[in-house]
Amino acid sequence: MGKNKNSVKENAIQFLFKYGAIALLIFIIFYFSTISDAFFTYGNFSDILRSISIVTLLALGVTFTLVVDGFDLSVGSTMSLSTVVSASLMVWYDMPLWLVLILPLLIGVFVGAVNSFLIVVIGIPDLLATLSMMYIVAGLHRTYTEGYSIYNNMPLTSGGTAPGQLSEAFLWIGQGQMLGLPVPVWIMLVMVLASYVVLNHTRWGRVLYMTGGNAEAATLSGVSVKKVKFTAYVISGIFASMAGILFTARVGSGQIDAGAPLMMEAVAAVFVGYSVLGAGKPNALGTFFGAAVIGILLNGLTILNLPYYAFDIIKGGVLVAALAVTYVYAKKKFSKA
Amino acid sequence: MVEPLLSMTAIGKKFGTVTALQGAEFQLKKGEVHAILGVNGAGKSTLIKILSGVYQQDEGSIYLDGAAIRLDSPKAAKQQGIYCVYQEVDTAIVSELTVAENILLDTFAEKGNLFVSRQRINEQARSVLHELQADNINVQQKAARLTLAEKQMVLIARALVHSAKIIIFDEPTAPLSIHESEKLYTVIAKLKAQGVGCVFISHRLPEVFEISDRITVMREGTLVQTYDTAQADQDGVIEAMLGAALSHELEPRAHDIGAALLEVSNLSDGQKLKDLSLTVAAGEVVGIVGLVGAGKTELAKALFGGTPLTSGTIKLDGKNAKIKHPADAIKAGMALIPEERRKEGLFVQESLEANASFPNLKQFSKRLLMDRKAEKRYANEIIERLRIKTGSTETPLVHLSGGNQQKVAIGKWISLNSALYLFDEPTKGVDIGAKVDIFKLIRQLAESGKGCLYFSSEIHEAIGISDRILVMYNGQIVKELSRQEATQERILLYASGGKEELGEKQEFGERKRDSVSI
Repeated sequence: MGKNKNSVKENAIQFLFKYGAIALLIFIIFYFSTISDAFFTYGNFSDILRSISIVTLLALGVTFTLVVDGFDLSVGSTMSLSTVVSASLMVWYDMPLWLVLILPLLIGVFVGAVNSFLIVVIGIPDLLATLSMMYIVAGLHRTYTEGYSIYNNMPLTSGGTAPGQLSEAFLWIGQGQMLGLPVPVWIMLVMVLASYVVLNHTRWGRVLYMTGGNAEAATLSGVSVKKVKFTAYVISGIFASMAGILFTARVGSGQIDAGAPLMMEAVAAVFVGYSVLGAGKPNALGTFFGAAVIGILLNGLTILNLPYYAFDIIKGGVLVAALAVTYVYAKKKFSKA
Repeated sequence: MVEPLLSMTAIGKKFGTVTALQGAEFQLKKGEVHAILGVNGAGKSTLIKILSGVYQQDEGSIYLDGAAIRLDSPKAAKQQGIYCVYQEVDTAIVSELTVAENILLDTFAEKGNLFVSRQRINEQARSVLHELQADNINVQQKAARLTLAEKQMVLIARALVHSAKIIIFDEPTAPLSIHESEKLYTVIAKLKAQGVGCVFISHRLPEVFEISDRITVMREGTLVQTYDTAQADQDGVIEAMLGAALSHELEPRAHDIGAALLEVSNLSDGQKLKDLSLTVAAGEVVGIVGLVGAGKTELAKALFGGTPLTSGTIKLDGKNAKIKHPADAIKAGMALIPEERRKEGLFVQESLEANASFPNLKQFSKRLLMDRKAEKRYANEIIERLRIKTGSTETPLVHLSGGNQQKVAIGKWISLNSALYLFDEPTKGVDIGAKVDIFKLIRQLAESGKGCLYFSSEIHEAIGISDRILVMYNGQIVKELSRQEATQERILLYASGGKEELGEKQEFGERKRDSVSI
């Protein structure tokens, strides 16, 4: 009767939710391997990892805000700002490396703080507050650069050429190799691992998840929800700035609007990550995995010569699929309560 | 024998691996009020949801008027004349529509007629409400402005419009005052006289005995026994619900009361609370009793730092405590078990373990890293101590029954060894088995020298558990009564402002003190 059909359907959803993303990944890898010999090689995989390193950092920031039941749409703009600031500090002002690394991070902290001020103190819903910040920060970074990308010894609008260049040490962060893997990959792996440990194995992580799960109950258990949310947005800002610095070092110049196209990709990675191994909530390993799925898919499609502009369709499709699985599962889960 | 109106036989239902019902039976005659009793998790709600078409049974069959029927959806159930008045009336009422529109809602949802004659529906609605002796409800006002009791009437009226054969009342009196409940009883009597079969679910035994004709007791997803109410006695029914005899007496306090632990003076919050003063001594259980809306929850939250105060001082252990946030209250040695446990007390999607360790994470971590073993150990400890029924310490709390959830909401504070516990309606929606456990725990806490504040609108329960009772009315404490002085009548008099005449309806008040109350 209806019962069997129902339970088959339920099991299928359960299975899809738990292993769907992994099955998809295996399928993609298998499929592309049969099509191209160049795909399943060490070189190509190290390339893929490097290509997802920046978006993974962004996505980790988004993960933290989603964990506290928020959402940060401003990460893309923050990354753009940090990209041009780090480049300009060297090219325009010829500053030492440590300042070039610290200042953009402080900008990330600042953007995160403003976000949480709008959300926690003023009370604007997360999505709207960070959407507004996305505009403001994007405008700031274009105003700052007057719309030009920043490169070594560029001509200045005030006349003459810029005094500085991107230093070798700085470029190593984005282009160097260490122990057989590109440096950005190491940075990404360390950050993923650190986020995983913090979120899943520390007191702080517990507080973050609980705050997101039920802010009222968290408050009555003694958690200062405002501080926790503040922290999550600041962390998100810092990750976005790191992504920006990495981008400058990788490309070797301060491109404007570098972060804008990566924002949705980061969001997609986080939501694909929801369903990895049935976590059902934002989590660091899932986010990395989500970024990897998207990265591998895009790499394979590049090998297949899919037109570049069609990539967004694929990314959007992956996002929809991930959301569908997550929400169908959530519906099942809650209807039983 | 007369053919029953409804008969559910050998009903089975599983959710995943959990068996909710197995071989459940239920019969309803025309024009009878049939109560279903059982502790939380006994399968009452599942059975009702199957009858109202929300769930479909895996096994068994349902006969209405002798014919087998299938109830694939709530709509199918309604077409068969089976209506349900849920406890949460707000989910069934469209607050932006008028009363009349709400009463006739299903009619326009079904029929193809695009235009609705306002006059006609008002007329129809009025006549139904008249039948229910609820003429005082203006059918043209927005439903949002109705009281809970009036909304219930609207739902009953909605069922009547369709000449319902069966109306299910799922804990209808839980949110009602005594007067409103009385009114509901007369309506049910009327429905019964019209030949409607009424299924009545309640945790309040006295009212079940007052209004039902038969009582079916369920336990662990199956039928235990069906009684004729006239021949049943409370003790027998309770025994059937629990599956074991229950000791009825709560021992009177045997330990000494210590020094003043909490001293509150002249506390106001600028809104509800006005100039409250009270003390709690170590080892004492102080009941704060008042009707719904008296300000009990507000007081509990204010003491715990959940809402700001405009004036007043709170002293703990003789020291002035500055409590601006629940974190301060916890540090000062307080614990709050809030009224809305699912919304405020627990993280229902999370495991029992994670809930239990949360207020005191430092104790369950080594430096920063969580110590999962210690968490599990503690979770098992409270499962044992509070007799929580759960599959494992990793089960998300949504899968636990209300009583067991409440035990977790209490248990999570125990590791902090707080000095003062605030219990806000801890027995709301909790079955007797769990209630007894909760009472025992409160007693144990008091014996070990803790102070307890017990906020409740269940007067008889408060009398049973408290050493001293403070009666709240309209944001103020209007009377203090010792355990000896406290009777239901006196408390109710003060709790309703001391103005209301007490009528002869206080048969509830006859309940013996110190008996375990339901």
